[in-house]
Parts: sequence; structure tokens; C-alpha cells
Amino acid sequence: MGREILRMENISKSFPGVKALDDVSLKAYEGEVMALLGENGAGKSTLMKILSGVYTKDSGRILLNGEEINVLNPRDAAEKGIAIIHQKLNLIPNLTVYENIFLGREKVNSYKVLKKDCMIDESKKLLERLRVDIDPTLRVNEISIAKQQMVEIARALSLNASVIVMDEPTDTLTDKEVDSLFDVIRELKTENKAIVYISHRLKEVFEVCDRATVLRDGKLIDERMISDLDEDEIIKLMVGRTLDEQFPYLMTQVSENVLEVINLTNKYVKNISFSLKKGEVLGISGLVGAGRSELGKTIFGLYPIDEGEIFLEGKKVEFKSPKEAIENGIMYVSEDRKSEGLVLSMDVKSNITLSSLDKFKRAIGLDKKKEERVTQEYREKIKIKTPSLTQKVKNLSGGNQQKVAIAKSLLTEPKVLILDEPTRGIDVGAKREIYDLLNAIKKEGHCVIMISSEMPEILGMSDRIIVMHEGVIKGELTREEATSEKIMNYIIKGEEN
Amino acid sequence: MKTKLGKAKPLLGLILIIVVVSIISPNFLSKGNLLTVLRQTSINAIIAAGMTFVILTAGIDLSVGSILGFSGAICAYLLTNGTNVFISFLAAILVGALFGLFNGVVITKGKVQPFIATLATMILLRGATMVFTNGKPIAVKGESATKILRYIARGDILGIPVAVIMMVIIFAICYHILHNTKYGRHIYAVGGNEQAALLSGVNTDRVKMLAYMISGILASIAGIIVLARLSSAQPTAGDGYELDAIAAVVLGGTSLAGGQGAILGTIVGALIIGILNNALNLLDVQSYYQMIVRAIVILIAVLLDRKDKNK
Ligand SMILES: Nc1ncnc2c1ncn2[C@@H]1O[C@H](COP(=O)(O)OP(=O)(O)OP(=O)(O)O)[C@@H](O)[C@H]1O
Ligand SMILES: [Mg+2]
Repeated sequence: MGREILRMENISKSFPGVKALDDVSLKAYEGEVMALLGENGAGKSTLMKILSGVYTKDSGRILLNGEEINVLNPRDAAEKGIAIIHQKLNLIPNLTVYENIFLGREKVNSYKVLKKDCMIDESKKLLERLRVDIDPTLRVNEISIAKQQMVEIARALSLNASVIVMDEPTDTLTDKEVDSLFDVIRELKTENKAIVYISHRLKEVFEVCDRATVLRDGKLIDERMISDLDEDEIIKLMVGRTLDEQFPYLMTQVSENVLEVINLTNKYVKNISFSLKKGEVLGISGLVGAGRSELGKTIFGLYPIDEGEIFLEGKKVEFKSPKEAIENGIMYVSEDRKSEGLVLSMDVKSNITLSSLDKFKRAIGLDKKKEERVTQEYREKIKIKTPSLTQKVKNLSGGNQQKVAIAKSLLTEPKVLILDEPTRGIDVGAKREIYDLLNAIKKEGHCVIMISSEMPEILGMSDRIIVMHEGVIKGELTREEATSEKIMNYIIKGEEN
Repeated sequence: MKTKLGKAKPLLGLILIIVVVSIISPNFLSKGNLLTVLRQTSINAIIAAGMTFVILTAGIDLSVGSILGFSGAICAYLLTNGTNVFISFLAAILVGALFGLFNGVVITKGKVQPFIATLATMILLRGATMVFTNGKPIAVKGESATKILRYIARGDILGIPVAVIMMVIIFAICYHILHNTKYGRHIYAVGGNEQAALLSGVNTDRVKMLAYMISGILASIAGIIVLARLSSAQPTAGDGYELDAIAAVVLGGTSLAGGQGAILGTIVGALIIGILNNALNLLDVQSYYQMIVRAIVILIAVLLDRKDKNK
């Protein structure tokens, strides 16, 4: 058993209207991975932001190697040997990969001139260690979100810290990248680093973590050895009750076509043809960069179509903007809630109603009472945890932000709902609630296109599955036929071609 | 609670400045002087109201001063040639709307940065005004025209100057638009996160174009008031007004980054600037020193605001 390196003791923190942390303690041990678990809004990220000096604690102590420390700001934390990979990407988009990795710690020669080659070389080594193929001289906004996440991890590694915190690092990664991240974590363990690992994916927790600290509603529930726990027990600690079946798949009578896409071709996708029936959930699987999001956005009217046709309920449609798509009953929920999904500076209520303000129009102005009532309904229905509807969305926890984005899409009452990574960052209980929502949509005779990198979710909730690779459909499977091997096979075949 | 206080911050600044000024110069609180302050503030406040829309979308409008000058000149020309008063006013407002729209189109369809696009319009219209007026003032003649202009400049309703009433009505309408309508929400959404707004079905180009149009319209209304006050169109009318308008918006707590702020802050900001100018005059401060004092006050006010936001 490893020596205790980090100890956070009796930490409390309040925000206006919320007690985010109430007397919470956390330890991290040398050569071990400590999982930090809890529902959305339990206070995990807040605790880690206190550790990294983003927030100041109201009370409590932080001990590093037995000595009390006072973390002033993230830079100070890094100097003390604490590295954090934050839940939301913190890279500067128009700088290059290596510039981001060395941001604030640029290497210079004796004339204060940047030693670019040296930084590029070191970046290359770091990225190779993570087994990702990224040219460090590319600008961050030119690479995929998954790769951006890997750059963020590389930056944390480059600090050579003794405590490394990872706040949902695998959120935007696909299985392959997750595997290489886990290899790195195992390496770090042999180097006697202490790691704190936050994730809503319990499978990962069992794979790499040694212990778990569980929070609920800002309070410490327990610290346990992973080897003494099973999935149900963890869920029970997190949620306070047991959950039944993880994927509540609902068989529905699928009937006529709602959406038909024929030979769709543009800059991002080639020759895409598929149909979508009433009451159906169509899963789209593939690696990051397979063109799945681009396909969704093309149908949503964001990107122009070069060739091919889209039929909605038998009528040919051609949307010039998302506005037209929404008016005709197609809605898309982005995988990137921070930069595309939400207006973080606006409150919860205004975000939820942003796409459906026509519903609240009166002779003059908006019916704010009705708006309040309707958004309150959604807040309860999908359990958005927020002190009030006028809270700014940027102050919500990651998972609750995702729920706001989903509430916004549901309020438009779409016939076709395109969900891009719908459960990213969402806790086990809330996932279940979102799957129940899928079923409700099916029952109403509407349909869903679910783009997801989570294989179990794709297999568990889809009626039919399409596998994409590099902008092309590589195969289609019915629910009965589909297995993760078959899906991977289609992808690998795509890789070989 | 804290956010409420944060919103009231510009207001506290205003109260502070009123207290200080009335102590230094007791004349300040006389009814006559207060009405003068309001009357003088109205022009900047009306321009700043339009500027608030533009800044909330994360844009900027440098052309308002020139739009004011040009539409004033057009209006004066029409009036002098015996055109119906209301048609002349309408024409001036149309000119403002048109060039606002022009700004909007260049910015959204041409993808030119607002700073550059409106800078070009600013120079263009100043030049056009010079050409149109031949560099000389156009004095308004004709009985009905001078009568109505005098009414706008010096008339009052129940003791309140007409220009001030116009200002209040305009702010009431702007408040309604920004806080109670779909368009108002869209303004905040576009300024807060344009891509997210687009994906939420907001016609972001249209929202921005309208904002610049509103700014142009309000600048030309201010142009009519300026014309009324001088009873002639000066070729340099409105020169530099864009800066006072921007200062009023920022003093009112609206973020230049867009998406955050409120129109009520803008009127407070405009009042702070108006009172400051008035006080400096009452105290007989030389105009060159006035500039320095104004700059310092604006800087301090904005710095205080920033400090609060960083916490
Ligand atoms: N800056 C802030 N202002 C106000 N409230 C905040 C702020 N940051 C966090 N909160 C609140 O504190 C609580 C804990 O949030 P936190 O982000 O730590 O949750 P989390 O456990 O990381 O959740 P998730 O799994 O969804 O990421 C939430 O209720 C959140 O709304
Ligand atoms: Mg979090």
C-alpha cells in the first residue's frame, strides 16, 4: 500500500445558493489511482478546482507530503507538483499544440528567444508516449476534440507533477485512445505518482482505479478499496439507492419512414443513404473523425449539400440553416456543449427556451410566466440540479449543463432528434433518465439518431446501427445482429481500405 | 443578493458622483440646472441606447457620429427646400436605418470585423457630409420648420424638456425589446455564444444586422435633436460622439465582449458622463483639463467594475 501523498481535510465551499462541498476529505496515495465518484453536481470538480487554486476554500486544510500548503492559483499548484486535467478543455484554440503544452513555461535561450525546436521535440515525445499521432505544430483548432483532450493530458504530464488529477479525461476519447491513456496511467503508477481519477464510466473505474472516494450532494459518503466493491454497490453509494437495468430498451412498432437520406455528399460525407422510421432509435457508431457529427450537422442544415437528397415525411427538404431544420421538426444536440451547445453566459431558463421562443410569444413580448412554468417542468422531469432557473449555465456542473442542452432540444418537440454523444459526462442515474426519455420519444412516434462512441450505449439502446468511417457508411446492423466485434470489424475494414 | 448589488453598481457610482458634485457646487441641484443636465445627456443617451444593442452582440459601431451628422444635413436640406417636416424627419431616420443596415451587411455577409466596417462607414459619411454641405453649415429656414425644431430643442411637456421625454420613451422601448422579446433574447444569445445561437435556430446574421440598424436609426434621431438645437446642420456635427456613447455603455456595466449587460446601465452611464461635464462647466474647469478629468473618471469607474468581475 502506497504512502499518502495528498490529503484534503474537512473542505467546505459555498456558492450563492449552493453548498457545493460540506466537510469533505480526500486522500491520494503514491503509486495508486483514487477514483472520485458522485452524481452530477456532487462537488467533484469543485473539490479539484480548490486543489488547483481555481477556487478558494471556505474552510479546511490541504496537506502535501504531510505539510500544509496554501494553493494560490493554478500556476502555484503546478509549481507545487499538482497537475490537473480539467473537465472542460482549457486550450487556446489559435495557438499550436506545442505552444499550448508549454504555455506559461516557454523555453527560451539566454537572449530570451523561444527555443521552438526544443519545445516541438519534447511535445513530440510526450505525444508519442500517449501513442497519439498529432503534429505539434498544428493549431489546436485544426485537430479533433479527442486529440485536443490528448494534448491537454500531454500538458499535464509535461509538468512532471507528483499528484495528477484527471477530471473526466475519457469523456471525448474513443476506446483506442482510452486504452493508451490507461497504459500511461499504469506507467505513472510505477513511477510512484498519485492520481485522482474522476469518471462517470464505472467500467473504467474498475479497470484502473485502486480506491474510490464517493461524494453525494457535497458530502463525503465513503472511501473504499475498489477490490471490495462491485458496480451495484458503487452506484448505491453514489445515488443512495439501487438502480435496475442499465439499458431499458423498449421494443416499439416501427412503421413508415420519417426521414430518408439518399446519396448525401458534401465536403464531409460521401454517398450517405439511410432511412429512419417512426419510433426508431438509429445508432451511429464509428471512430472520432468518422464524420458522424458532420453528417448530423449536414442534415440539420449547417453545412451545404453538394449532391443527394433528404426527404422528411415524404417531402423533399433542403434546409439552408438550422433555423429552418428546427421549424420543420429536426433538432440536433451538439457533442460540444461549451462551444456549440449552450450560451454559458445566459441563465438556465433562457437556454432551455432559446430554440422555442415562438411558443411563448404574446401580442407584445414574451409570456414569462409560462416560460417559467414550462422550464420548471423540464427541470423536474430530467432532474436538472440548479439553485434556480435564473442561475447562469456556466455555474452548473458539467452533467447538468448537458441536461439543459437536452431540455432545449426536447422543448422544440422534434420529429427527428439527432443526439451527438448524449450521455457524455452524465452520471449513471441521469443516463438512465435520458434513456427513459429516448423511450418516451419512441412511444410518441418520433425518432432519434444517436451518435455515440460508447459501444454499450449503442448496443443497448439502438434499434438499428450504422457504422461510419471517414465520411462513408461501412455497414448497417439490426439490433439482433449487432455485437461490438461486428461493429469493430466494419471499422477495421475501413481502416485497411 | 450579490448579483443584485453587482447590477446596481453603476447606480451607486451615479449617486456618489451626484453627492460629490452637489457638495462642491451647490448650484448643481437647482431645478433649472438638473433639467439642463438631462437635456444635454439626452443626445448621448439616445446614441448609447443603440450602441448597447451592437455591443451586446459583441460588436462595435464607430459610425454613429457620422450617421448623426449626415442625416442631420439631409434633414436640414429637405427642410430648407420646403419639404414637409415629418417627411424630412422620416428621410433622416431612413438614412440612419440604411447605413446601419449597410454596416450590418458588410459585417455579416462580408465577414468584415465590426471595428473596420463601421470605421469605413464613419469616414465615408463624414466625407459625404462635407461634400453635401460644401463644408458649410446649412441653416434651416421656413416658418413651420423652425417652429417645430425650436419645440424639440427648447419645448417642454409639463415642465420636462421634449428631448428628455424622447429619451425616456426610447429607453422604455429598448428595455422592452431587450428583456421581453424574442429578438432581445437572440441579441444576448448571439453575443454570448454565436455558434450555439446558430445551432439553436437563431438567424444570427439577421440579429446582428438589425442591431446595427437600430444603432443607425437612433443615431439619426439624435441627429435631428442636434439639428434642432443648433437650428442648422453643421458639417462636423456628431464628430467624436461615438466615443462618448461607447463610454456610456461600458460605464453602464455592459461587457465589450458581448452577451452581458443591460440597457438601464447605459442610461446611468450616460448620466454619469453628462453630470460630470456639467459639473466641470459649473466649476469653470478649462476645457482641456476637462478632457483629462473625464478620462480619469471613466478609467476609474471601469477599473472598479472589472475588479468586481474577476472575483
Ligand atoms: N462558479 C460556481 N458558481 C455557482 N455554483 C457553482 C459554481 N461551480 C459549481 N457550482 C455548483 O456546485 C455544485 C457542484 O458542482 P461540481 O461542478 O463540482 O459538480 P461535479 O461533481 O463535478 O458534477 P459533474 O459530474 O456534473 O461534472 C453544483 O451544484 C454546481 O451548480
Ligand atoms: Mg465535474
